[in-house]
Amino acid sequence: MSDGIRKARTHVSQDEPLLFELSSPGKKAYQLPALDVPAVDPAAVLGAGNVRAEIAGFPEVSEVEIVRHFTRLATWNYAIDLGMYPLGSCTMKYNPRLNELAASVEGLASAHPYQPEALAQGALEIMAQLEAALAEITGLDAVTLQPAAGAHGELTGILLIRAYLEARGNPRRKILIPDSAHGTNPATAATAGYAVETIRSNERGMIDLDNLPRILDDGVAALMLTNPNTLGVFEENICRIAEVLHARGALLYLDGANMNALVGISRPGDTGVDVMHLNLHKTFSTPHGGGGPGSGPVAVKKHLEPFLPVPRLKRAGAAWTFDYDRPQSIGRVRAFYGNFAVLVRALAYILACGAEGLRSATLDAVLNANYIRQALLPYYELPHQAPTMHECVFSDARQARRGVRTGDIAKRLIDYGFHPYTVSFPLIVSGAMMIEPTETESKRELDLFIDALISIAREVEENPELVLKAPHNTRTARVDEVTAARKPVLRWRPPAG
Amino acid sequence: MSTYPGSYWYTKEHEWVKVEGEIGIVGITFHAQKELGDIVYVEMVKPGSRVEMGKRLGELQSVKAVSDVYSPVSGEVIEVNPVPSDAPEVLNQDPHGAGWLAKIRMSAPEEIAALMTAADYQAYLGEET
Amino acid sequence: MGQAFSLSATRVAMVKALAGQETSLRYLPKSDSERQQMLEACGVSSPDDLFAHLPAEVRLARPLGLEPGKSEYEVLEYFRARGAENGCGYASFLGAGAYYHYRPVLVDAVASRGEFLTSYTPYQAEISQGTLTAIFEFQTMLCQLTGMDVANASMYDGSTAVPEAALMAARITGRTGVVAARALHPEYRAVLATYSRNRALAVEEFGYASDTGRLDLDELERKVTDQTAAVIIQSPNFFGVIEDVPAAAEIAHGRGALLIDVFTEAVSLGLLAPPTEADIVAGELQSFAVAPNYGGPYAGALATKERYMRQLPGRLAGKTRDARGNRAFCLTLAAREQHIRREKATSNICTNQALIALMATVFMTVYGKRGLRELAEQNLAKAHYLAARLPRRFSGPFFNEFVVQTGRRCPEAVNQALLERKIIGGLPLGRFYPELANSMLLAVTEMSRREVMDAVAEVLRNE
Repeated sequence: MSDGIRKARTHVSQDEPLLFELSSPGKKAYQLPALDVPAVDPAAVLGAGNVRAEIAGFPEVSEVEIVRHFTRLATWNYAIDLGMYPLGSCTMKYNPRLNELAASVEGLASAHPYQPEALAQGALEIMAQLEAALAEITGLDAVTLQPAAGAHGELTGILLIRAYLEARGNPRRKILIPDSAHGTNPATAATAGYAVETIRSNERGMIDLDNLPRILDDGVAALMLTNPNTLGVFEENICRIAEVLHARGALLYLDGANMNALVGISRPGDTGVDVMHLNLHKTFSTPHGGGGPGSGPVAVKKHLEPFLPVPRLKRAGAAWTFDYDRPQSIGRVRAFYGNFAVLVRALAYILACGAEGLRSATLDAVLNANYIRQALLPYYELPHQAPTMHECVFSDARQARRGVRTGDIAKRLIDYGFHPYTVSFPLIVSGAMMIEPTETESKRELDLFIDALISIAREVEENPELVLKAPHNTRTARVDEVTAARKPVLRWRPPAG
Repeated sequence: MSTYPGSYWYTKEHEWVKVEGEIGIVGITFHAQKELGDIVYVEMVKPGSRVEMGKRLGELQSVKAVSDVYSPVSGEVIEVNPVPSDAPEVLNQDPHGAGWLAKIRMSAPEEIAALMTAADYQAYLGEET
Repeated sequence: MGQAFSLSATRVAMVKALAGQETSLRYLPKSDSERQQMLEACGVSSPDDLFAHLPAEVRLARPLGLEPGKSEYEVLEYFRARGAENGCGYASFLGAGAYYHYRPVLVDAVASRGEFLTSYTPYQAEISQGTLTAIFEFQTMLCQLTGMDVANASMYDGSTAVPEAALMAARITGRTGVVAARALHPEYRAVLATYSRNRALAVEEFGYASDTGRLDLDELERKVTDQTAAVIIQSPNFFGVIEDVPAAAEIAHGRGALLIDVFTEAVSLGLLAPPTEADIVAGELQSFAVAPNYGGPYAGALATKERYMRQLPGRLAGKTRDARGNRAFCLTLAAREQHIRREKATSNICTNQALIALMATVFMTVYGKRGLRELAEQNLAKAHYLAARLPRRFSGPFFNEFVVQTGRRCPEAVNQALLERKIIGGLPLGRFYPELANSMLLAVTEMSRREVMDAVAEVLRNE
């Protein structure tokens, strides 16, 4: 039972204005050194038409005000450092501070992407080591570290498929995507110029293997799969699915968002996957930073290697060099080489964990999800009975009978000091409650989470209004998203008059 | 429970059309706005556009969803209701009246025969739920 | 693949025994007895039982071929060794899309707070007001700097903001062509090519005037048609030259096309006239946020006029009220985004570079209205000091980057000579512009010291 401690407290402080409201002329927080060369008159040197007037409305505040402003803002945020995020498929695991220290090492942050290669061997070695580690973990043959995020990696992966099929004479027209897929999957397929065909999951929440050959025609370029899927269930027929696709000349793309259930246990490359992306900010512990930056490396089987984004790392004697002579490459998906500082963090994590540590993390991730599943079973509907891996999906079916939906339960969870789970996704479960604890949660935190949901289930029966009007204990009450969308105000403006 | 005007015709995609001579006034049903939730934005094809029965007439956005609106009839869009662009909530408040979306000069009025009456539509809703 | 990653299982066990406790356990907050309790509650006796349902064919039958976990000290030593191999202690005159600026200490002090560093995307507005308020401030400041009405919460970087802007223009105009300046960063153009190839977006290029280094407006006029959705220019351009944005806008608008203006050096916004004639502004915010970090992560800016707001991809923070009537912020206009529209989304982007954008916000706030101006003026003064001592290739006005011809020796040889003085010289341009193979692009910032600039001038004079 909970010992009564709430983990996310309201912050006791005055209301904090915006920077522009704190501003007044003449306040400053900077101090530039004196020029060691003669000053120049911008208008004289550039022409008056090229010089701006002052930046109207830009803030002028002092250092102390800046520190207080952002510190107060910070205290209004929930974060992993404060408590668990049970968000399904987000893998909100602890962000090791060792990663941060590694990224700040001298010579790494200061490296310029156009530095002569002889002076960039440290950076290139880091990238080569990470490519090798990710290839080993995924069971695939070659890795690109260029994509800046998971969705970016997805796009890269689909472009690779297109290039491969084009080289064979026909890029084909469409991509099959399960109805349980994350929204980036169809958005990515469309961005890559493919039509999307949604395939229905069977009653066990998996790809219907019997139906697949029927919907698979020569127009299909690929199937985009997530494994385990968004129900947290392993696609037991994945090897067969790959065979069926390959027999028709189509490829199997894996969305690696749920890799946290597989590391050290199963390798996608061994199950027929041709290409996949990884999320370093999920499986490999790099911080979310409030919404980014992430990194979305893509791993491929040998036959897709010639198409990887340019440049590729290769050996030149004992040194590393970038190879730009890649005639079949899809080109660049971004300038420079990748989110290097994020790559450093991911490699630091892999080095610290090692083979055993990575595998242990997977075991604990799956144990944690199963522990939650069995504890909540008496209170919430579990629509799919297949074995749970790293995440479980309940539905609000029982609570809906009392007029309470998953979104309300999620808001009430905030009052108990937790960030909500993933609401209303995947779409194939009505009123979905998608829960992924990750391995970095203690038994105590899991028990507090379970107790909170059990308590809310009771509240739904005895006092549903309490749940419907939640959250009650936050500094900010429920936010009016409707007005925000009807009358968008996307910037501050000085008050009129 | 809402009343569905007996003089209107209804589609399976939850649009209605009210026939006034050769003009069809089109909107979404009470059921549709309830499913969508608070509507925040409305985007219709421009006046002068030709539309086909069952093809896209526009879209409605709520905070969490986007829904295409399909035209119940074929013809030319002669007028688009200006009220929803400033006050999209009118679709939630009065979907069968002030929340009309477009007026269409019908090119094939016989298409109406394929649509549902109010009674049929309510029965259809009963099946759906 | 490195030799180090192929250890036999026996050797792994040996090393583990020698190393003692696994270092990775620090990230797994459970005792063995707690694990036992949890396994019992799940009705299994060992963690492997939870994977028993996986078919044998998918199971990895051996340990991963990775080294055992290293201690904190060993991990740091590894990265320190790599850092030392990266050429420390050099003065650098490289720019070309990534710049050396001083980072005020407050930037990391704020961004390293756990509530910013380890928080998630602010979908749950009630417990994310810190992130959302900061994004709203960021969006506002970008509008103030660029002269646009609305800015999003950032893109991956400047290079990917460009194709997103191009696709946006295509959606707005219903047209399928784009005309891009050759003086737009070559790698940005390469990214545009990758994105446009699959979206039926035709990209044409137009050149620069050989004397000034500015846009060839005549060629632009010839290339813009009534199928052109947008003209894309960069100012200051890749050569550092400031473009005539109003003239380019006039040509674009004259044919019903939009103007997209791109910047790679954010500090220039502190001094140069904002591109108010543009319809969309895209750019790179690295100068405001992070050191060059070997190419990433950075943050892209994307801003536009009010009337194109709903076509803007990426996240947007909006002002609203909470149930108690207090001001609050939330992500809004989500109906543009992938998680709702799926295949009809304006983009597949599912991130903003929140932490980098936060760093940029702090940087912009520390300098403020006057400081950004003063910072830019220092950049201008130092760059013009060095440029006056070197043979400039182009005569057009410039901010803090310029192209220099290296005379008899090729740029690579000049750079070799500079390296001996622990100076990293400019970017030889031959790899991107064969016609400029005898030239290099130099960037000068407030960090460039006079005596180092004098050394550069000396080496280049001696050729």
